[in-house]
Amino acid sequence: MTSETREIIHDQHAHPTNRFYIVIGGILILLTVLEILGYVGETRGVFSQGTAALVIGVLSAAKFFAVVAYYMHLKFDSRIFTGIFLFPAMLGTLVIVGLYMAQQILPRWGASLGF
Amino acid sequence: MASTATVAAPHPAAVPATETGIWSWITTVDHKRIGILYGVTSIFFFLVGGLEALLIRTQLIRPENKFLSADVFNQMFTMHALTMIFLALMPLTAAFFNYMVPLQIGARDVAFPRLNALSYWIYLFGGIYLLASSILKIAPNVGWYAYAPLTERPYNPGPNVDFYVLGLQIVGLSSIIASLNFIITIINLRAPGMRLMRMPLFTWMVLITNVLIVTALAVFTIAVTQLMFDRMFGTAFFDPARGSDPLIWQHIFWMFGHPEVYILIIPIFGIISEIIPTFSRKPLFGYNVMVFASILIGWLGWGVWSHHMFTVGLGPIADSFFALSTMLIAIPTGIKIFNWIGTMWGGAIRFTTAMLFAISFIAMFTVGGISGVMHSAAPADLQQNDTYFIVAHIHYVFFGGTVLGLFAGTYYWFPKVTGRLMSEKLGWAHFALTMVGMNLAFFPMHFLGLFGMPRRVFTYEYGLGFEGMNLLSTLGAYLIGVGTIVFVVNLVLSARRGALAGPNPWGAATLEWSIPSPPPVYNFREIPVVRSRMPLWEGDPARDGGIPHGRVEEETEQVTIAGTKIGEIHDPEEGENKMSTHDHGIHLPPPSYWPIVTAFGILLVFGALIFRNAEGALYNLWYLSLMGVGIVVVGIYSWAFEPGH
Amino acid sequence: MSTANAAVHAAHPGHLDTSTGLDSRKMAFWTFIGSECLLFGSLIATYLANKGKSTVGPYPHEMVVDGKHVEGILNIPLTSFSTFILLMSSVAMVLALNYTQRGIRSKATLWLFLTAFGGSIFLGCQVYEFTHFWHEGLTLQTNLFGSTFYLLTGFHGAHVTVGVIYLLTLTTLSARGRIGPEKALNVEIAGLYWHFVDVIWIVIFPLVYLIK
Repeated sequence: MTSETREIIHDQHAHPTNRFYIVIGGILILLTVLEILGYVGETRGVFSQGTAALVIGVLSAAKFFAVVAYYMHLKFDSRIFTGIFLFPAMLGTLVIVGLYMAQQILPRWGASLGF
Repeated sequence: MASTATVAAPHPAAVPATETGIWSWITTVDHKRIGILYGVTSIFFFLVGGLEALLIRTQLIRPENKFLSADVFNQMFTMHALTMIFLALMPLTAAFFNYMVPLQIGARDVAFPRLNALSYWIYLFGGIYLLASSILKIAPNVGWYAYAPLTERPYNPGPNVDFYVLGLQIVGLSSIIASLNFIITIINLRAPGMRLMRMPLFTWMVLITNVLIVTALAVFTIAVTQLMFDRMFGTAFFDPARGSDPLIWQHIFWMFGHPEVYILIIPIFGIISEIIPTFSRKPLFGYNVMVFASILIGWLGWGVWSHHMFTVGLGPIADSFFALSTMLIAIPTGIKIFNWIGTMWGGAIRFTTAMLFAISFIAMFTVGGISGVMHSAAPADLQQNDTYFIVAHIHYVFFGGTVLGLFAGTYYWFPKVTGRLMSEKLGWAHFALTMVGMNLAFFPMHFLGLFGMPRRVFTYEYGLGFEGMNLLSTLGAYLIGVGTIVFVVNLVLSARRGALAGPNPWGAATLEWSIPSPPPVYNFREIPVVRSRMPLWEGDPARDGGIPHGRVEEETEQVTIAGTKIGEIHDPEEGENKMSTHDHGIHLPPPSYWPIVTAFGILLVFGALIFRNAEGALYNLWYLSLMGVGIVVVGIYSWAFEPGH
Repeated sequence: MSTANAAVHAAHPGHLDTSTGLDSRKMAFWTFIGSECLLFGSLIATYLANKGKSTVGPYPHEMVVDGKHVEGILNIPLTSFSTFILLMSSVAMVLALNYTQRGIRSKATLWLFLTAFGGSIFLGCQVYEFTHFWHEGLTLQTNLFGSTFYLLTGFHGAHVTVGVIYLLTLTTLSARGRIGPEKALNVEIAGLYWHFVDVIWIVIFPLVYLIK
């Protein structure tokens, strides 16, 4: 994909070609199928719940970055936009992780440490 | 929307004249007029919030007082906080943002003038909506933090909490819209040559504040939406009977609530950083460090929320983490204090009213900061939490910090807005009354807290040892009240009869002082080209004019540790500002009434939901909120296709 | 600075006299998206914090309650289908933008319409899902799962609805020839919105549906 990306950046119109977008779309579908397979595998007992969660999480993160980088053009656009997006996205993640830690994980840790 | 219509050629004679009349104010999209509207409205709400405080203090003047009932007292302390935070102080900072930021960066307006008008009208309607509840004596009565499950319908069946939820939803929306606008204005509309690290420090602080608003208020919007669903549609978000942990509300609320504290104080850091150099006749000491310290405060502000919750039993892991992260914040804040002192050191200080307020800000805010560090130690906080000690702390921070800073800013920029100076005599009286009053009102609260007087009690018994301190505190509050009346009188008199100011009465360094006072509708006849942080203090004329250190930024003091310059970063723009120096002529957007229409629609959408919980025929009025949705849709479409924008 | 930006520069030279050389509207939209990250972030945070804390059924996934096996209520095949459709509509969106920028009006209009159409199918699936759950006895009031699930996915659905209306408006304008290449930014911003809604679903789908 690197060569293709480079070709696009040197493209006079500066916009990726339709073919490129369709390839990305295909990759997104593929990753989604893998996610669903992860779910099915977990239901059938092929992997543990934790493994499935990890695999699905990584796959969806990959999808997230693919859409943001290519469809929302952050890869080709000014880095200022990337900053404007990533800062709140990180804060959003902090809110999710913070609340999840406080409500679901820390109570368990506390219990296991005997507090 | 980004483009503006050309209504006039750059030829001075063809510049549009200032329009007058109520309609011109309703449809205005001029940032200066919107700034004035914000200012007047928020000073009105400041007086309302002050009145609420006086009622609270009057009730507490002696033990077992019967001046207010317990219920009204609950409403008053809740509304005092809501009015002051959301309707007075935040919008008053927004008034400064509106008026001053485009002038400081050399722009003719904000990036989205109509959006600016929209945020003002939403704020006004939301403010009136909240205020109406206290006039009807059905105001929110659960504290501004509105802890669940007290806010759930079974425990609070009246409309009080509904007003909290809906009113803050409306006001919060206004803040988010406004801050989108300011962020883009600051990033994108700087005059040619004004790099990020050449921006006046106030503009920097506005940028950081608005980034916090746009993120933190989004969190709050969700918190109140969930509470709204609990109350209007019977969901289970904060209902312990259905398995929910009410602590979730506290977590989300303080995830917003702590950045909110910085939203209220960071703009003041900016105001102080403008005033102190001006009246010390010296460039700000450690500009870069100031910028980074503020960015750091903004970041750390997101990682300390649970220090408001030490007493709920989060366990030692969480408590230690949040105690440490809270103590860390003292470092960048302390850096700022020393930078301001360093700026004054060796300067030619002029003790104008603005400067007096600025200096007293440093002292009072430090007192509040020190008690803040005391709270950050979790074991100590277990003793202090929910006592008057906390009340003392937040008032030293909000009053000693935010309010004093806003007073300073008002004295400083009033001549720019009206063209007339405020009376220094009345200013002195205001300053003296305020300083004596605030210390008399808030310092005894430290002792009350340590003696064990809980917060939010509507009365106390004889013989507990609280009488003397409460009496002092109430007298102090009255003094503040008198001082504020002097301030308002000064505002009104000076606006009409004050001495004419001229463009730069204080000999200040930033761009807003390069244009006439009050500024013409187009601000800058020619867009300035900026070469340093202090455009008006450049070169020999400034040096001959008595500025002892009139140097451009290349020469300003750097903090040096072991021979390495600290606080200098690679400029993100690599020295570039792409704004061209070519002037395309004066473009001013035409006035529009769609902002006020859309704002009214938004008021209906949320405001009418109050009738969901009403009995009988009133219940049907909640369908007005669907009508509101219709108005908003019509507003948005008319807005998008409005000619001339 | 990318060349994409240079192309936009050439398209509207007069409007881009800004400090960063970037369009203010686009930047405002990114900032808005940033704010939306926090809105959805908080909703997802509450969903996860309340996960597994419902005191009564229906539950999202199959589980054992009091020694009895209880079926989960979520319909994974249906939602996988609607996820697929939403992804496809994102592909349609980038194609629509590409054709708008090149000035090929008919194709731009077609792909804009197809994007909106995909969004409508997604919404149709969600309406079906919600009514189905309703009949199964899961309402907003039933339990914590009901409250958090309906608010999170409903808030996302509301965004999709706004997006469909937005796209249909653009389709109409494009069909009337009012969006030429010089106004491609309008489509680009709509695209940013649409992809963002898609990205949020990329996060919600695994967190709510796939991870137990």
